[in-house]
Amino acid sequence: MRDVGIHILLLLLLPPLLPGVIGKTKAFFAGRVGPPLLQPYYDILKLMRKGSVFSVTTTWVFCAGPVVGLATALLAGLLVPFGGHRAPLSFPGDMILFAYLFALGRFFTAAAALDTGSAFEGMGAARELTFACLAEPALLFGMLVLAKLSDSLSLTGMLAGGYPLELGVTAPALVLVAASLFLVLLAENSRIPFDDPNTHLELTMIHEVMVLDHSGPAFGLIEYGATMKLMVTGAVWLRVAMPNAAADSWLGWILFLAGLLGLAVVIGVVESVMARFRMVVVPTFLVAACLLSAFGMVLLVR
Amino acid sequence: MSSALVLTGLLLHAVSGIPGWVFRGYRDGGQRLSVWLAGAGSVLGIIGCLAALWHPPPSGPFLRIDGLAVVFLLPVFLIPALGAIYGTAYWRQNDHPGNGCRLRLFFGLMTAAMGGVTVACHAMVFLVAWEIMALSGFFLITTEDEDRVARAAGLLYLIVTHIGTLCLFAWFALFHLLTGSFALEPIADGIASPAMLTVLFWLAVVAFGCKAGIMPLHIWLPGAHATAPSHVSALMSGVLIKIGVYGLVRALSWLPGVPPLWWAGVLLALGAVSGVVGVVLALGQHDLKRLLAYHSIENIGIIVMGLGIAVAGRTLHQPVLLVLGLAGALLHVWNHALFKALLFLSAGSAIHATHTREIDRLGGLARAMPWTAFSFALGAVAICGLPPLNGFVSEWLVYLGAFHALGIGQAKSWVVAALAAPILALIGGLAVACFVKAFGVVFLGEGRSPEVCGAREAGLLMVGPMLVLVFFCVLIGVAPIVVVPVLDAGIRAWALGEPELVSLSSLARLGWISLGALALLALCGLLGAGLYRRIRCGGVVRSVTWDCGYAAPTSRMQYTASSFAQILGSVFAWVQRSQWRKPGTMPVFPDKTRFRGHILDVVLDTTVKPAFRSAVRFLSSLRFLQAGNIHAYLFYIVAFLIVLLLWKGAA
Repeated sequence: MRDVGIHILLLLLLPPLLPGVIGKTKAFFAGRVGPPLLQPYYDILKLMRKGSVFSVTTTWVFCAGPVVGLATALLAGLLVPFGGHRAPLSFPGDMILFAYLFALGRFFTAAAALDTGSAFEGMGAARELTFACLAEPALLFGMLVLAKLSDSLSLTGMLAGGYPLELGVTAPALVLVAASLFLVLLAENSRIPFDDPNTHLELTMIHEVMVLDHSGPAFGLIEYGATMKLMVTGAVWLRVAMPNAAADSWLGWILFLAGLLGLAVVIGVVESVMARFRMVVVPTFLVAACLLSAFGMVLLVR
Repeated sequence: MSSALVLTGLLLHAVSGIPGWVFRGYRDGGQRLSVWLAGAGSVLGIIGCLAALWHPPPSGPFLRIDGLAVVFLLPVFLIPALGAIYGTAYWRQNDHPGNGCRLRLFFGLMTAAMGGVTVACHAMVFLVAWEIMALSGFFLITTEDEDRVARAAGLLYLIVTHIGTLCLFAWFALFHLLTGSFALEPIADGIASPAMLTVLFWLAVVAFGCKAGIMPLHIWLPGAHATAPSHVSALMSGVLIKIGVYGLVRALSWLPGVPPLWWAGVLLALGAVSGVVGVVLALGQHDLKRLLAYHSIENIGIIVMGLGIAVAGRTLHQPVLLVLGLAGALLHVWNHALFKALLFLSAGSAIHATHTREIDRLGGLARAMPWTAFSFALGAVAICGLPPLNGFVSEWLVYLGAFHALGIGQAKSWVVAALAAPILALIGGLAVACFVKAFGVVFLGEGRSPEVCGAREAGLLMVGPMLVLVFFCVLIGVAPIVVVPVLDAGIRAWALGEPELVSLSSLARLGWISLGALALLALCGLLGAGLYRRIRCGGVVRSVTWDCGYAAPTSRMQYTASSFAQILGSVFAWVQRSQWRKPGTMPVFPDKTRFRGHILDVVLDTTVKPAFRSAVRFLSSLRFLQAGNIHAYLFYIVAFLIVLLLWKGAA
C-alpha cells in the first residue's frame, strides 16, 4: 500500500524535474548557468493560469489531443514497476496495453495537429507517426526478449530482474535490447539526435511543431504529459539496463530516483555532444534499433 | 426450434428484395417493406443463434448450427440489417429508380446465401450457397453498370471468385474420394496420405483466400469495394470476406490429425504479408473507399495470423496457443465486421454529402457533420487496435498467443509464433498513421474544394445504424467478457477431439482489460472536465491558425493525404510502387500546372497485368491457326485423332 502511494506521488510530481536536470546538464556543457532546476514546474504552473487562443478552424479534437495524451501517459505510468516494486496495475499481457496506450496518445496528438489545418503541423504529425511505426517493432522485440528471459507476461514480472545473466547468451541479449530501447526512448521523447525540442524553425521540428497552436492550460497538459512520458519510458529502460539492482523497499526507491536523475544527465550529455540527425537519416537509425533487439531475440533461440 | 428461427431469418432476408419489384409503382413502399423484412429476419436470426448457443440443435443431413457457425452467423444477421436501413437513405428508390430494386434483391440474396454457407454441412448445399453468394456479389458490385470502372471491377471479381470456386470443386471432389460421402465431417485419421493433405491444405488456402482477400489473392478487392455503394461495401468488407475466413477455419478443422508445423508457418507468413503490405498500400491511397478496402486486407492478415498461432498450438499440443490464437482470430472477425462497417457507412455519408471520394478534395467535414465525424473517429481508433475499443481486445489476444509461444521449450518452434508480435506492432503503427491521415484530412482542417461547402449532416436513417455499431464497438472494448461464451463455443467446435481445452476466460484476464478501459475513460473524462474549467476561467480568444506570418493562406496549402504519406512511402518504397507526374522546371512567371500521383497495386498492376499482356502478345502470334476456314478446323481434328491413335498404338 505504501509503495503504491509512493509510486503515484512520484508519477505525479517527479516528471517535470527530469527536463530541468537535462537543461542544467546542457547548460553546464555550454558553460552557462542555465534556467533553475525547477523551471519546468514554473512553466507548467504558469501555463495552467493563462488564457487560451483557439484557431477558428479547430473542433473538439483539438482539445482531445492534450487530454488523451496525458491520460494515456498516466495510465501507462501505473502499469510500469518503479524501481523493482510491483506496479499498481499489473496483469499478464499488460505490456501490450502499455505500448498501445502510447499509440492512442499519439493518435489524438497527431489528429489535434491536423485539426488546425496548418501545413507545419501536418508535417510534424506525419513525421511523428512515421518514426513511431519503426520504433514500435523495436519495443516489441525488446519485450519478447524480456518475457523470454524472465518467463513472465506482465511488465512487473518482466522488469523484476532476478534472472541469471550468463556472459555468453543472456547478458549480450540484454545489452542489445538496452541499446535498442535507449534509441527508442530518445525517439519517443523527441530528444536529440532524433528531434530537437529547442529548435526555433518549424520546418525542422517533429513534436514541437505538432503542438504549435496549443496555448494556455491545454499546452500545459501537453508539456506535463511529455515529461511524464519521459519518466515512464525512462523507468522501463532503467530496469532493462540494471535488471538485478536491489528491490529492497527504501533502497529500491532511492536507487530508482538516482537512476532516473542519472538517465536525465546521460540524455543531457547526449544532447550536448551530438547534433540532430538529418530527417532522412532518422528512419535508418530506428530500423537499426529494431535490428538490435531482433538480434537480441536471435541470441535466445536455442 | 433455434434452427427454424435461423432458417426463417435467412429466408426473410432472401425474399426481402422482392417487394421492391412488386410495388414498383408506390413511391417508397417497396423499399420500406424490404427493410422491415430484413430487420425481422435479423431479429429472428439473432434470437435463433443465441438459442442455438444454449441448446445446440441436432444437426441434420444438410444443415448444422454449431458454435463456429454461430460466431459467423451473428455478423451475417447484424450488418445487413443495419446496411439495409442505411440504404433507404443512401440509395433511395426515388433517386435510383433504375437499379434500386436490383440492389435490394441481391443484397438480401447475398445475406441469405452467406448464412447458408455457414450452416451447410453437405458439400452440395455449401457449393450452391457459395455460388449464389458469389454471383450476388457480382451484381452488387456492378450496381452502377453504366460506369466502365464498375464493370471492370465486377469482371475482375467474377474471374477471381471463380478461380476460387474451381479450387473448391477440386477440394470437395478429393474430399468425396477420401470419405465416400458429401457430408462435411472431419476426415477420419489415417485415410489420407500426407501428400493428399498437403494438396487439400493448399486448395483450401487458395479457394478461401480468394474470397477472404489474402495477399496475393486480393486483386479483386480494392476495386470492388471502391465502386460498390457504401452500404454494399460495408456488407462485403464486413461480412462477405469473412465467409472466406469461415471456409478456411472450417476446412482446417475437417483435415485430420496433427497439422505439420509448416502449415502454421504458411498461415503466419500469409497473414504477415497481407497485414504489412495491405496497410502500406492503404497509406498511399487517395480514394477514401480504396483506402478502407486495403485495410480490409490488413485485418484479414491479422485474422490469418491468429489462425496460424492456433494451428501452431494444435501442432505443438499447446492448448493455450490454440485457444488464444483462435479466440483472437474469431473475435477479430466480429470486430472487423463492426468497425469496418462503421467506417464504410460513415465514409459513405461523407461521400453522399460531398459527391467525391477523393480524400484530397475533402476537409473540415467535422464541423458540418459532427456525428459522422465522431463515428469515423471512433471506427478509426477501433481499427488501429487502440484501447479502450474492441479492436484492442482481439489484437491483444493474438499478442498474448504470440507471447505464450515463448514458454514452449521445444526446439526453436516458438520463434515462428513469437515473430507475430513485432509484425503486429508494425502493422499497428502503420494503421495509426493511415487513419490519422484519413480522419485528419477528410474531417479536420479546412475544406479543400467547393464540394465540401454544401455538406450537411446525414439523416437519422444513416446516423442511427452508425451509432448502433459505435455501441457494439464500445461494448466489446469495455466489457469483452460478454463475448467469451460464443468464442468458447466456436473454439470447441473447431478443435473437436482436442482433450485439454480450457475456457478463454481462464487464459486471458479480460476483467483487467475492462478495468484498464474504464480507468482510461475515467481519466480522460476527469482531465477533460478539468481542462474545460481551466480554459473557461482563463478566457478564450478566437484567432486564425498560426500561418508563419504568410499574408494570404488558402485551404489548398494544407497538408494533403499524399504529402502526409510521403515519408512512409519512401521508407516502404520496395512495396509501395508509385507513379508520379510532377511539373517540370517553371519559367519566370509560372503557368497553371498539374500534379498527379498514383499507387500501383503490387500484385495486380506490377505482376498480373504485365504477365497477361505478354501472354496475349505471345498467343496472338498463334492466331493464324484460327482463321475461320472450316476445312482447316477439320484438318486439325483429323491430325489430332491421328496423333492420339499413334500415342495409343505406341503404348
